[in-house]
Amino acid sequence: MPNLKDLKNRIESVKNTRKITKAMQMVAAAKLRRAQDAAEASRPYSERFNSVLASLAASAGNSESAPLLLRGTGKQDVHLLVVMTAERGLCGGFNSSIAKLARNYAAKLKDSGKQIKIITVGKKGRDAIKRDLGQYFVEHVDLSEFKSIKYTNAQSIAKALLARFDDNEYDVATIFYSKFVNVVTQIPTTQQIIPATFDDQSSTSDTTIYDYEPDEETILADLLPRGVATQIFSALLENGASEQGARMSAMDNATRNAGDMIDKLTIEFNRSRQAVITNELIEIISGAEAL
Amino acid sequence: MANTMQFDLVSPERRLASLEVSAVQIPGADGDLTAMPGHAPVITNLRPGILKVEAPSGNTDYVVTGGFAEMGEGLSVLAERALPLDELSQDAFDEILEEAKSMYKRVEEEFQNQPGPVDDAAKLLSDMVAMGEQIGLNANK
Repeated sequence: MPNLKDLKNRIESVKNTRKITKAMQMVAAAKLRRAQDAAEASRPYSERFNSVLASLAASAGNSESAPLLLRGTGKQDVHLLVVMTAERGLCGGFNSSIAKLARNYAAKLKDSGKQIKIITVGKKGRDAIKRDLGQYFVEHVDLSEFKSIKYTNAQSIAKALLARFDDNEYDVATIFYSKFVNVVTQIPTTQQIIPATFDDQSSTSDTTIYDYEPDEETILADLLPRGVATQIFSALLENGASEQGARMSAMDNATRNAGDMIDKLTIEFNRSRQAVITNELIEIISGAEAL
Repeated sequence: MANTMQFDLVSPERRLASLEVSAVQIPGADGDLTAMPGHAPVITNLRPGILKVEAPSGNTDYVVTGGFAEMGEGLSVLAERALPLDELSQDAFDEILEEAKSMYKRVEEEFQNQPGPVDDAAKLLSDMVAMGEQIGLNANK
């Protein structure tokens, strides 16, 4: 039986842990609200953007001269994976589930003989897939200095992506991020961004015939790179909300576990205290009888 | 014919305006154009400039740095960056001007002897400067 002093120290330390996890949970809750607001605020823009882009693509995208960003390079040989994760840990399965998705995807590509390249956004995902896929890393984007994600962050990532595309470094780009559903559910998602893809419904429902100024192709060529930035931006925001949501529920669980542990330890502590008292009594009584 | 239409101005980070308006002057890539209710459906690119909104509730001016406008049932302007004119301080203007300048420099180095991209960047920069002059901010070249 562990001695009383040890148990007491143990209880104290678990109590301190509980205080920390509780605080982290509350911080995550506050940050989650902000992240959700940001994600909400960006939604009108990205929805509008995608529907315009989709109708443009439907009308101008089939011609031979359509931008490469839309119709692709005609090959599928080199795939670029953009794995977006958090800069910090302690957020449950958030980072590892994205990493797992990317790993499976990469394995599938490798089996079918494709070449892969990887850009990582966020330190944790990089660490998680380094062992298996480290040799494919081509770039890392560090967002740890930024307190909140701004559109310019997404723009710089998009710029890097497009520069590589212009240099014919890859044919298909896919982003990996986590879609925020609610605090307990975040869905790791893959999305192909180059060549551009659109939801089918938005392209068919929009039947207005527009005039274009300048012409369709100029606009399309101007909008497609922005579209990449927009998609990355909304993925980053979704990721931000998911991270905080995952951290909040992870910390909630940790707080509850710490509570359970304290209860158990307290019972053990009381039991051994009683045992010590009983022992002492027995010793006194038997000592008195022996006289 | 209705004399107002729905107008939305959104940037990736927030929705700046959503109201009924009677006319909007848009800095289109090929020249300014004014959209009024019942305008034919148009999609146009934006150049950096000033977006003038006339509404029954009062006129507002916004600064936009690029993006596009979609004229359909109503008008939606999707700007890369947009702020109300009176929020644009000299500092903020300097910042975006600096960005355009550095981009021009980079493009110039990268695409030597290729007039296309360099001209585009130069145009972007001169549009920025023109916009600054129009609103009385110093472009200190």
